[in-house]
Amino acid sequence: MKIVAEIDRERISTLLREGKRVDGRGFDEIRPTKLTQDVISKAEGSSEAWLGKSRVLAGVKIQVGRPFPDTPDEGVVITSAELFPIASPEFELGPPGEQAIELARVVDRGIRHSSAIQRSSLCIKSGEHVYLVMLDLYILADHGNLIDAASLAAIGALMNTKLPKVNVTEDGTAEVLEETFPLEMGPPPLTVTFAKIDGTLVADPTLEEENVMDGRISIAIDGDDTISSMQKSGGVPFTYQEVTDAIERASKIVKKMRKQLPQR
Amino acid sequence: MSDKKAEAEQPLIDGKGLRTDGRKLDELRPIHLEVGNLSRADGSAYIEHGRNKIVAAVYGPRELHPRHLAQSDRALLRVIYRMATFSVSDRKRPAPSRREHEISMVLRQALEPMLFLKMYPRAAIDVFIQVLEADGGSRCASATVAALALADAGIPMRGLVAGVAAGKIDGKIAVDLSDIEDKIGDADVPTVMAPERGEITLLQMDGKLTKKELATALQMAEEGIHQIHEMQKEVLLKKYAKIRDQIAEVSPELLEKVEEIKEEKPKEEEPKEEEPKPTRKRTKRTTPAKAEEKTKTTKKTKTPKKKKTESPKETE
Repeated sequence: MKIVAEIDRERISTLLREGKRVDGRGFDEIRPTKLTQDVISKAEGSSEAWLGKSRVLAGVKIQVGRPFPDTPDEGVVITSAELFPIASPEFELGPPGEQAIELARVVDRGIRHSSAIQRSSLCIKSGEHVYLVMLDLYILADHGNLIDAASLAAIGALMNTKLPKVNVTEDGTAEVLEETFPLEMGPPPLTVTFAKIDGTLVADPTLEEENVMDGRISIAIDGDDTISSMQKSGGVPFTYQEVTDAIERASKIVKKMRKQLPQR
Repeated sequence: MSDKKAEAEQPLIDGKGLRTDGRKLDELRPIHLEVGNLSRADGSAYIEHGRNKIVAAVYGPRELHPRHLAQSDRALLRVIYRMATFSVSDRKRPAPSRREHEISMVLRQALEPMLFLKMYPRAAIDVFIQVLEADGGSRCASATVAALALADAGIPMRGLVAGVAAGKIDGKIAVDLSDIEDKIGDADVPTVMAPERGEITLLQMDGKLTKKELATALQMAEEGIHQIHEMQKEVLLKKYAKIRDQIAEVSPELLEKVEEIKEEKPKEEEPKEEEPKPTRKRTKRTTPAKAEEKTKTTKKTKTPKKKKTESPKETE
């Protein structure tokens, strides 16, 4: 349970009514982003993302395993997140809690349902061997909006991922080879989160804004400008108008963000 | 995965006496240190030791939760060592392993003697260590980085600790074993020391060594630890030099006052220095030498005649 001073809430919402934010940004202006790739040499793909001062490290490990019985021709992408206390004095030790699980699942859905990764391209031998892409997110500093920061780090790591070639021998066992090839990827989905404070939606909330927000909506926009996942959270309802507006605004923000993504 | 057998037969020292990464037997891997790198922690540090990449965060002294763990006469020091799933070749499962629990414990015991826990009864000091990439000797590098993070948090300490492993590879004693040397070498002796105090605060070993070899290994580790300790001091001094520059910009008067206080201080401390310090007796390098000098000088002034006959005995 977070305790927020009434004066903070008052200051933030007064500013919003005047069309201003605490850090001087516009309502649709996200903090500066930075993406550094290939930071962990033992990972098959990695990247560190900054969204303002929020900082997330994503790493990919590749395993060769069996596909799920209902999707024998598809590889598997599994995302998990850890909120280790190095990132914030408010994070506690222990198995992933609500926040960590929500974070991992929102990032996971944004990628899973986009057309960026064709999971059929991760199949080695139908029903027998597929690539398991294990994407792990480590938060290094929480200054608000971890969902967008983590999504960016995840994309950076996947775009940096190299899969080992696999040889299936005559007796059907998979042999992992030294040679690698880059993970096949289309234009990635990008996620934009809005905080709802006193009925106003602002993009990319800081920690200060998150502490006073009533609700939140995250929207992942795919490479073809379709929506690949959404998450509304917080105990306050959104109107139909608010949701459609948020999607329009997210789409515009993502167009700008795309220009800053690393090229493959 | 398949090349493990090939690894085992690979020589670790070549004809010129160099190791697989081109190092001499007594040479450390490259080390890079940073402090204050994590923005939300009270104190933090980052180390790259060879290919090890480790961050440490410190919180506290702060209120202890859950309360029932509180100790009425001292602070509780909690040290947690964790490895990222992608820090090793085969993905590590996210849940903490037995190895991580044990290393957390020995690291806590390696740091504890450096802290004045009795200054903060009922409070907690938390040290969180996250290995982002592991490359052999991660527990030693963790001690180095955790000590820096504690210092960065401004927590009073008796001294810094630093760590390095020594061991035996291809029948020879070497310092700072790399991942492959650790795995297929003959012995590994992770060591953490408080170099200013000559105290060993973490010592483990696996493998097989003669008594003489172990003594050599420990000496080599100590030598390496002294080198790392110099780097630790340097990075902390740099941080405070930066803070001093910032103060100079904002308020030069404040800096002048600090300098004045600094100049006054030595006068107060002089008499203290002459008192013998029994707790420091073990430090080979600094204190005994100084103490000897002092006893000599006092004898010089008081009984100059006796000095000649006595001094040879003293030096023995």
